[in-house]
Amino acid sequence: MAQAGHDTELHAGPDLRWPAGDLSRAPYRVYTDPELYALEQERIFRGPVWNFLCLTCEVPNPGDFKTTFVGDSPIIVTRGDDGALNAMVNRCAHKGALVCYKPRGSVRELACVYHNWTYDLAGNLTGIAFRKGVGGKGGLAADFDQGAHGLQRLRVEVYGGMVFGTFSHETPPFRDYIGAELCANIDRVFIKPLKVLGYHSQVLPNNWKLYAENNKDSYHASLLHVFHNTFGVVRPNMGGGIKISDDGWHHLSYTVRNADSDDAVGREKVRSLQEQYKLQDVTMMEHRLELGDLTTNAIQTVFPTLVVQQILNALAVRQLVPKGVDRSELVWTILGFEDDDADMQELRLKVNNLVGPAGLISMEDGCVGGWVQRAAKADGEAMTVMPMGGRDVQPSEGSRVTEAAVRGFWKGWRELMGL
Amino acid sequence: MSMTMVSNGMDPALRARIEDLYAAYAHTIDDDRLEDWPGFFAARGRYRVTTRENHDLGLPLSLIYCDGRAMMHDRISALRTANIYEPHVYCHAISAVRVLETRDGVHRARSNFVVHRTMSEGDTTTFACGRTFDAIIEEDGVLRFAERVAVLDSRRIDTLLVIPV
Repeated sequence: MAQAGHDTELHAGPDLRWPAGDLSRAPYRVYTDPELYALEQERIFRGPVWNFLCLTCEVPNPGDFKTTFVGDSPIIVTRGDDGALNAMVNRCAHKGALVCYKPRGSVRELACVYHNWTYDLAGNLTGIAFRKGVGGKGGLAADFDQGAHGLQRLRVEVYGGMVFGTFSHETPPFRDYIGAELCANIDRVFIKPLKVLGYHSQVLPNNWKLYAENNKDSYHASLLHVFHNTFGVVRPNMGGGIKISDDGWHHLSYTVRNADSDDAVGREKVRSLQEQYKLQDVTMMEHRLELGDLTTNAIQTVFPTLVVQQILNALAVRQLVPKGVDRSELVWTILGFEDDDADMQELRLKVNNLVGPAGLISMEDGCVGGWVQRAAKADGEAMTVMPMGGRDVQPSEGSRVTEAAVRGFWKGWRELMGL
Repeated sequence: MSMTMVSNGMDPALRARIEDLYAAYAHTIDDDRLEDWPGFFAARGRYRVTTRENHDLGLPLSLIYCDGRAMMHDRISALRTANIYEPHVYCHAISAVRVLETRDGVHRARSNFVVHRTMSEGDTTTFACGRTFDAIIEEDGVLRFAERVAVLDSRRIDTLLVIPV
């Protein structure tokens, strides 16, 4: 049994050095170590978390499917004949080929092209080619249990028109997972049936966690994203704050337009303020109040990899997909409401100039992660420090100059990783 | 009087002029004379960069959407003064130019393009390839885009898209 103990020790994973009782530091090796990346697949993405899969409006009818990823695992989402949503690992139970190699479509059943094993829309194995052989010869082994060879299923929950999946039986219901306070923002933004206005994605030259942190880092917004400040989407002195779930894993950063929000940022030398820079055409900065409040900007994260976005009238979900230890893909699904009129759609298309890979206030997030990745590589035991707003994960009312939500991310990561 | 003038775009002189427009447009971007880029468009011209995925699904979203020359100027001034990115340059290769038709003074044309991107550290990669679908008009003897839609074959942008294609 001493041997078993040794095995347990090995599976505890890489020995990372953290300061005791301090969430404000993390070793750079978390971004560069392939062993940690492999462990994340098991303990985070296949662990007790809700992973964003797609939107219900992308699979409206029975037989509709969409493919996606949970960590490195390829996933198929289908709508069954009963209208229920299914999520399965996109890997044939036979030789492991992708069952769906197209991004989306509509089918009566799922068929693997390699050896024509077929599955129903819920992933049950329904057909095996040449199961009885040919001319009485060959065929399936007599003891083969067809019922035990379906596609691997995920648990599925729908919230706010978004479809989530989890590999774990321990994941609590979604509402409990992020908490009522953060559910309220999803309820606030996705108030009507959604429609997809389009997609794009960007390949980030960095570990997925650098982008996950970036979204929770409201400290950088007014400093890095110069466009932000200059045109008044977000200024540090606007109303708003940070909400963080009790466990620290999820967050919401929001800003609310004040009556006096047009004044300057203050005496601080914020590089972002460039007086000479004026827009010739301000139509893309128009904000048609549609959600019943004055919130101009709400960035919400659902651990580990989802962002729900409202920036003015630009609504989107961003799904972060790890693609190896030093690469990730950020998939943007840009949304409107089903009942948008032509003017509203045009406004959304214009304001979307602000976000995405070419976004005037978001493109910088594509490169800063890569700069950390390049610099972190050389010295894995050195530490990043996150001291703004303390060392814990307290929410912040009135100020977004805090790294509390970033520390909350590391709290969640360390709890799940057991490190 | 609304006489519709249609030609099949086989006029070699017109074709040469449109090929020259495409080349001048590419040189302006590749030479980093981006302040001149909006001048290739009519004042109310539209410029869009989208993906084949959105185009084929009939989805209206663009990566970049400029409705009028003023928005194009704003893109360039943002790039010069506000946006942060690693310095890089483009080299356009344009091919398969066709003038499809001329109707009511609007020339419909298309082309294929490849954009090679070279970063300041030296890496040259194929950044994008795709097709342009263009509506071109003549103003005071100068051909300008009334609309230019660049459809990227890939949905994936490496890192970021800041310089127009």
